[in-house]
Formats: sequence, structure tokens, C-alpha cells
Amino acid sequence: MKLPLFPEQASTIAEQVDRLYFVLTGTSLFFVLLIFVPMTIFLFKYRRGKKADRSAVRMATTRIEIVWTVIPLFLAMGIFAWAAHVYFDIQVPPPDALEINVVGKQWMWKLQHQTGQREINELHVPVGRTVKLTLASEDVIHSFFVPAFRVKQDVVPGRFVTLWFQPTEVGEYHLFCAEYCGTEHSRMIGKVHVLPADEYQTWLNRGNPEETMAQSGGRLFRNLGCSGCHVGQGPVRAPPLEGLYGKLVPLQNQQFVRADEAYLRDSILLPLLQVRAGYEPLMPTFQGRITEEELFQIIAYLKTLPNAPVEVRR
Amino acid sequence: MPEATSTFAEQFEDARQQHEAVTLGMWLFLATEVLFFGGLFLAYVVYRHAYSTAFAAGSAHTDLFYGTLNTAILLTSSLTMALAVHAAQENRPRSITRWLLLTLALALGFLVVKGFEYHKDFVDRLVIGLNFNPTLPAHAELFFWLYWAMTGLHAVHVIIGIGVLGCVALLVRRKSHAPANTIEVAGLYWHFVDLVWIFLYPLLYLIDRHS
Amino acid sequence: MITQLPNTVPETAGPVGAKENYLNAGHTVASWLLTTDHKRIGILYLIAIIFFFAIATFAAALMRLELLTPAGDLVLSDTYNKLFTIHGVVMVWFFLIPSIPTVLGNFVIPLMVGARDVAFPKLNLLSWYLFMLGGVMVLHAIIVGGVDTGWTFYTPYSTAYSNTHVISMAAGIFVAGFSSILTGLNFIITIQKMRAPGLTWFRMPLFLWSMYATSLILVLATPVLAITLGLMALERILGIGIFNPKLGGDPVLFQHLFWFYSHPAVYIMILPGMGVVSEVIACFSRKRIFGYRYVAFASIAIAVIGFLVWGHHMFVSSQSIYAGMVFSILSFIVAIPSAIKVFNWTATLYRGSISFETPMLYVLGFIGLFTIGGLTGLFLAAMGLDVHVHDTYFVIAHFHYIMVGGMVTAFMGGLHYWWPKITGRMYPEKLGQLAALVMFIGFNLTFFPQFVMGYLGMPRRYHAYPEEFQIYHVLSTAGASILGVAYLLPVIYFVWSLFWGAKAAANPWRATSLEWTTPSPPPKHNFAEVPVVRLPAYSYPPLDERGEEIHEHA
Repeated sequence: MKLPLFPEQASTIAEQVDRLYFVLTGTSLFFVLLIFVPMTIFLFKYRRGKKADRSAVRMATTRIEIVWTVIPLFLAMGIFAWAAHVYFDIQVPPPDALEINVVGKQWMWKLQHQTGQREINELHVPVGRTVKLTLASEDVIHSFFVPAFRVKQDVVPGRFVTLWFQPTEVGEYHLFCAEYCGTEHSRMIGKVHVLPADEYQTWLNRGNPEETMAQSGGRLFRNLGCSGCHVGQGPVRAPPLEGLYGKLVPLQNQQFVRADEAYLRDSILLPLLQVRAGYEPLMPTFQGRITEEELFQIIAYLKTLPNAPVEVRR
Repeated sequence: MPEATSTFAEQFEDARQQHEAVTLGMWLFLATEVLFFGGLFLAYVVYRHAYSTAFAAGSAHTDLFYGTLNTAILLTSSLTMALAVHAAQENRPRSITRWLLLTLALALGFLVVKGFEYHKDFVDRLVIGLNFNPTLPAHAELFFWLYWAMTGLHAVHVIIGIGVLGCVALLVRRKSHAPANTIEVAGLYWHFVDLVWIFLYPLLYLIDRHS
Repeated sequence: MITQLPNTVPETAGPVGAKENYLNAGHTVASWLLTTDHKRIGILYLIAIIFFFAIATFAAALMRLELLTPAGDLVLSDTYNKLFTIHGVVMVWFFLIPSIPTVLGNFVIPLMVGARDVAFPKLNLLSWYLFMLGGVMVLHAIIVGGVDTGWTFYTPYSTAYSNTHVISMAAGIFVAGFSSILTGLNFIITIQKMRAPGLTWFRMPLFLWSMYATSLILVLATPVLAITLGLMALERILGIGIFNPKLGGDPVLFQHLFWFYSHPAVYIMILPGMGVVSEVIACFSRKRIFGYRYVAFASIAIAVIGFLVWGHHMFVSSQSIYAGMVFSILSFIVAIPSAIKVFNWTATLYRGSISFETPMLYVLGFIGLFTIGGLTGLFLAAMGLDVHVHDTYFVIAHFHYIMVGGMVTAFMGGLHYWWPKITGRMYPEKLGQLAALVMFIGFNLTFFPQFVMGYLGMPRRYHAYPEEFQIYHVLSTAGASILGVAYLLPVIYFVWSLFWGAKAAANPWRATSLEWTTPSPPPKHNFAEVPVVRLPAYSYPPLDERGEEIHEHA
């Protein structure tokens, strides 16, 4: 049997997390010694029957209490700030990342690259490149966990969540589902393959999918009838979607919302929640009619739509 | 302390200690009740914030007449309960019985009105999981889920309250003198039931009502 | 001091059983099952929780056996999932939460405050029946097929996907919750209103302070659990509900509500243990607790701040970053009162006269294990680090250090400490010391490897796992077998002591609190006359160079 003591360090975040871990372990050891050494000494020195000075203690109790309250408090605050800083880095993805979509369902991970390649329980990524995953769940809560990268994110049904990492070492790493999700929870595992850039390219080419995610999305956009209202001059007037992604959208209630993935998702599944200013709340919901994977494809398509030349009003 | 409660249980030193213990005990119990309802109120606040339009639409479908009538009934019953407690402190058994019975009658009246209201909700197809009207906005169902859970839980408390008040009324009739402490504590519970409704009424019937 | 100077009580305080005591005041079954005597109710609870502990331990043993090999080959994955659910539910709600409060608390609190009983004895009995009813409902759920949601009942798995007996299990917990509430209510009123003359707040033994803090949590947190489980069950019955994303509901709201109870519940499980530690460490070092007031206030601080940290269970659940920061900083702050307690206990040993009877060994073990459990808690409060270790064996190891290393150890310490008072018999000292030692070794072997395994990335609730983790699972299972022996040993010698143990004196440990002024076992109504307290808790006499007490009137 092997005796591994420490997990592989394969992402930029891993270094930061490990540094925190070591410092915390060191601090803990210090406190353990601070408590156990005097305790052990007292236990020997003052055991009943042994000769020792046992005259009543005259000490400034309050001062001692303040000291051992305030010093640990300051230390704790320091560690809090540092850990919160690391957490921010984990939570906020840097721009220009390679985007991959992930759907968790009982009991597998289904992934799709923008270029159309699909994978199940496997993920191929190039080394050194920032990768941003957008995740969704078809059923219960899952959690995407790659120990070697020190990242984890619960995938809560009904919303998109994101996770990012930048692999630093070529290799094969565990992918686990970390949130209990039912009978075969412990089989919802897989591998992340970090490849050198050229091998990654070879891998991409070998996949040779029929269409990219945006192309699949475009097909769905027409088949589901979205284009009937959102394109051209149909009988029903719906907001045009060209160049919408990333823009600020005015809403009926005088507020604005950024048209990000979450907004597009809500607009398709819960269309009455945020109705665009100047339009009637007429859109039907697509909840239950499309899968999370199809949703990802449609959004990928919407993101590729170029800016409309001029938005014609009335 | 009224003279009436001169007897006390064996674990206590005197009647005063018993009185204080029992009263504090009821207050603590009411604190647990506040937190019990608190979970529901929290859910209401969260979802009302998220889906304010749908909640407004849902609120417009509740029956304002029955709601207001029940508010009046419960407020009156709180008054009669307070009068019963007052009578108990002055040790007037006949007057206690009278006010207690009146409170009981009002509580039953509340349930009767509630019955009519629930029936109307059923006819209006507002029963979630059974015949919910699909033309209402999507999240109005969430509103009605909470409506049923909150008013239902409150109705359960009213029923418990009726049981408590009934027992107290029997006790008063059977004993020669009135257990003032018991009536006082039962009164605390009844006022709490009333108070919960005072919060439910605006949240479910009044807020965002535009019609 | 107390009316009757404890250290002047003769060591042979009358033949036990000759006088009437609470144990021989009635031998019928009804005299036990319909009793309102807090001491008998304490014993009813003791029997009940040992039974539940056995069930939950059995589930744990099967799990540890399964995990000996990486492949899931001993039981099916469904069975495994049911085992950890049984283990969690039964241990948390039917052993840990009731353990010290309902057994030792029921027995000791009225004696310690100098009262004849708790404030509401009938409610106390009702509370036991509710507890048993809840227990029977949970057992029923287990027997008819079990539940596979884990003790956390996360939605939407519990409401829409699990095909197991979620509702009867949740109903059992719901009913047991009312038992918790009634017990907490009784203790608060008893401590607040029924203290003997002269027993002011700052003369109270610290066990009472910690039980008061515990009861506050029981009373204020449990109703939230009740409503949460109620809503979850209702959603499951109706097939539609407020935690369901399909309706626009939020599964994370369930987690907020659940942890609003379940994090304070962790303090329900540890505060009473801290109370026992304070009693025992003062008694076996013959000294007043160092910084008494700070330890007392620390209990209250833990109870209050403990209500505000629940979100640290959800750093990776996609709650907002800023909410997470608030929960994280409060979690660091709640660690401080615990640290203050540990420092004060250590300082209490200074210039004491220390002896190492079994209760003291357990308590020293508690301090060691609780320190490790507490410090590793900081790893989990540290957001950036928690992302990695969340839902791994690191978490498992951490909370077992608190709950088993802390609470179970303290419960054993307290049980040995008050055993002479409860039964009127002494347990065999040497065997007791041996069991304490074996438990300490077994515990560390079981759970320390799990820290390493957790940081390596081993997720919790895994029926099968990659091979590289096997060595740690093997160590852990080996430790668990030792731990099993250490639990069995006290059961055997405690039962033995009931019949053949030496008769206990009224105050075998020469402690100062009021319960020791009564005979062992105490009479039915505790005190013939109301005791009057004239000195603060732990007023032990001054010590000479050898650690013997100096008595002015000797």
C-alpha cells in the first residue's frame, strides 16, 4: 500500500491554498505546544503528594485574560483576511479563459467544449491555460471537485455556477463529486487530463465533432421556434438578440440588468421574471422542454450573434 | 400576587416561585414559537424579494373580506381574553367563565370563517398540488404554497388554543377558586396566536394589493 | 461554603440502602415509567441513549469494515448510504444532543441548585416519552427500509429524488425536537428560578452556566429545525414546494435553515461537555477554576455567537462571497471563547493538587482532543482553505474530534464522576483508568489519519474510493476496533459495579457543589431542608506543600 502524505499541486491556486495550509498547521502546532507543554509540566509538578509551592496564586487575572483573548483574536483576524483573499482568487475567474460547459446528473459529469467535443467523466485541458467551467445540474446538488487543483464548487440545480483553474503540471488528476447525490455518488468520479498545448490540439482534432456548440445552439434556436419571434418581422414582437450578450438591458421596472449567462438562462426558463422594457410579457417558458445541455448550446449560440446594425424601434 | 393561587406543587418553595417559573416558562415557550414561525417568515421574505411581481399578483387573489373579518374576530378575542385574565386577578369566577366562553366562541368563529375562506380558495383554484390555476404567474404558486403553510400552521395553533382555553374553562367551573396563574399563562398563549395573525394579515392580504 | 462542609462529611456516610433513597422508593415498573423524579428520568434517558448509541455504533462499524478495501464489496452502495444516514441521525439526535443534558443534566441540575426537582417534573417525563416516540419512529423508518439522504436531508435529493422513508425519519426527529425544547425550557427555569438561597449566579458551579447556555440554544434553535423538516416533508408529500428549483425555489434556502439549527446544535453537543470539564478539573486539582467569570461568560458568548456562523457550512454552495466573509469572520471569533476556556483550564492546574482518577483522565483527554478539534475548525473557517477540504474526510475528522473526542469523552468523564452519586456504588478505578487510556489511543488512531486523507482529497460519503487512500482507511478501521473495546469495557464494569461495586460515600471526591451534600444515592426529594449557600463554587481549602488540604479547625 502506498502512503501518500500530500496531494499533487497542479494549479496556480494549489500553491496559494497549500501555503495557507502550512501556515495554519504551523500556528496550530504552536498553540498545541503552548497548551500541552505547561499542562504536562503542571501535571507532573503538582501531582498530589509531590512537594511543590502551592501557596495561593496572586495574579492579575484580568490582565492575563485580556492577553490570551486579544492575541489569538488578532492572529485569527489575520488568518481570516488571508484566507478570504485566497477565496476571492478562487471565486473570481480571470478574463480570457477557455470556456467549457459541464452538466452534472445522477451519476455522471457531461462536458462539452465550445468547439463541440463532448466528454463524459473526462476532461482534457491544455497546461498553462486558464480554464473556466460553467456548470449546471439536471437533478440534485452535485459538487465538482479536483483535489489536485484545490477547487470545488457545488452545482446547485436551477442556476449556473462557475469554477476556474489554471493547470500548471501535465498529468492525470482525480475528478470527484463531493456533494452526496444518491445511490452511485461514489461512482460519479472521473479524470482531468492536463495535456501539453500540442497534444491538446491533437486531441481536439481527433474528436472531430459534427458541429460546434454555437452551431448546435443555432439549430435548436430554429427548431424550438425561438427564431419565429426573435428574428425578423414576425407577428409577435420580441426583443432582437443580436449583440445582446454582455450588454446592459433595461427592464420594465426601470432597472437594468447585465445580459450574462444567468440572465439568458432566466429569460429562457423564467421569462416573466425580468421583462425587457418596451415589450409585452408574452414569451412562454421553456422549463421542462429543454435540457441543461441544450440550454448551454443555445446560450453559446446567442453569444456568437454579432451586433445588430441598428435596433429599429417601432 | 393574588391570594387565589395559594396552592403550589411540591418542587417549589412557595406560590410566588411557582408563579414566576410558570410565567417565565410560557414566555420561553412563546420564544420557541416565534422561531418556529420565523422559518416560514424568512422563506416569505426571501421569495417576496426575489419574485415581487408574482407575489403581488398572488396577494391580489386572497380574499380581503374574510381576512379582515378574521382579523377583527381575533383582535376582539384578545380583548375578551384580557378581560378574563383581569377577572381572574380580581378573583371573580363567574365573570372569568363568561369571558373565557366568549373568547372560545370567537376562536371557533375564526375557524368557521377560515373554513369559508378555504372553500372559496378551492373554488377559485388556488390549492397548490391539487387544482392550482395555471394561468397565474409562475411564482404565484410559491406565494400560495407559503399562504397555505402559514395560515394552516396558524389555524393549527388556533385549534390548540381552543383546546387550552376549553380546559381552563372546565378547570374554573370545577374549582371553587380560579387558578389565576393558569388563566394568565393561557392568555399569553392566546395573545401570541393573535399576534402571529397580525403579521400574517398584512403579508398575505394587504401588501401590494392594487385592486 | 455550603451548610454542610463537604470535607467534613465522614467518608463512610451511613450504610447505603439502609435509608430510603430514590432507587428503592418503589420497585414496580410503573414507579419508573410514571416517575416525575428527575433522577429516575435521568436514568431512563441513560438506558435509552445507550441503546441508540449501540445502534449508531453498529452502523459505524459496518461502514468502517466496508471501507477496509477500495472496492465497495461488503455492502451495496444503497446500504452504505443508509448506514451513514442511520449513523448520523441516531448519533446526533438520539445520542449526542441528549447525552449530557438529559442524563447528567437531569440528574445533577436540581441537586446542584439545591431544589427538590426541576421546575416542571411532569413536562420532564413527557419530554422522555416524546424522545422515545421520536426514537421509535426513527427505528421504524430504519426497519422498514432506511433512509439514504444523509443526516443533512439536503434538498432536492430528499424531497424529489430519494426513494426511501424520508418522511417517517424526519417526523421522528421532529418529535424528538419537541423533547429537546421541553428539556431546555425546564433547565432554564430551574436554573433561573429555583436556586437555593445564597446560590447567586456567580456562585454557581460552571456546569450550571454551561447547561444554561446549552438550554438557550435548545430552546431557540430546535424550533427552526422543526419547521425546516416540516417544510421539507410537506414538499415531499405534495411533490411541490419552496425548496424546489422547478418552481423558482432555492435549495440553498434549505441549507440556510438547516444549518441555522445544526450549527448551534454543535454547541449543544460541546457546551455541556465543557461544563463537566470545569467541575472535574477543579475537583481533581483541588482548586477554584482559574478565571471563573471568564469561563462562565465564554459559555454564553459561544451560545450567542454560535447562532451567527451557520453560513460557514456553505462556502462552496454558491452563496454570495460577502455573506461568506461575514460568516467566516464570525467563525473565527467564536473560536476565541473556546480558546479562553482551554487556557483557563490549563491555568487551573497551576499550583493545584492533582490526582488522576478516571474522571480526570477523561477530562485531560477532552482538553487534548478538543484543542485539536477546535484548531482544525479554524482550517474550515478559513474560506480559501475550506474550498478544498469541504466535504472531505478532513471535515469528518474535525467534527469527530469535537463530538466524539470532546462530547463523548466528557460524557464518560461526567458519568464516572457522578456514578457514585447516581448509583451509590463505586466503579472499579483501575479498569476505569485503563478504559480511558484505551479510548484515547483508539480515538486518535481512528480519526487522525482522516485529516491527512481529507487533505489528500478523499470525499466523504464514498462507498468506494481510489486505491491510494486505502492505507488511511485501514488505520482508521484498526483504530475503530480499539475504540469499540474501549466503549464496551465501561458498559461491563458499570453493570458489575451495580451489584459488587464498593458502597460509595456521600462525597467520595470531596467536591464542593450541593449534590455532594446529599447521601449517595440521594433520597427521593433530594434535600431534607433547603440548603443555604454561603461561598462561591469551588471553594477548596488551601493546600500544603504536599498537596494536602489545610483545615483550620483540624
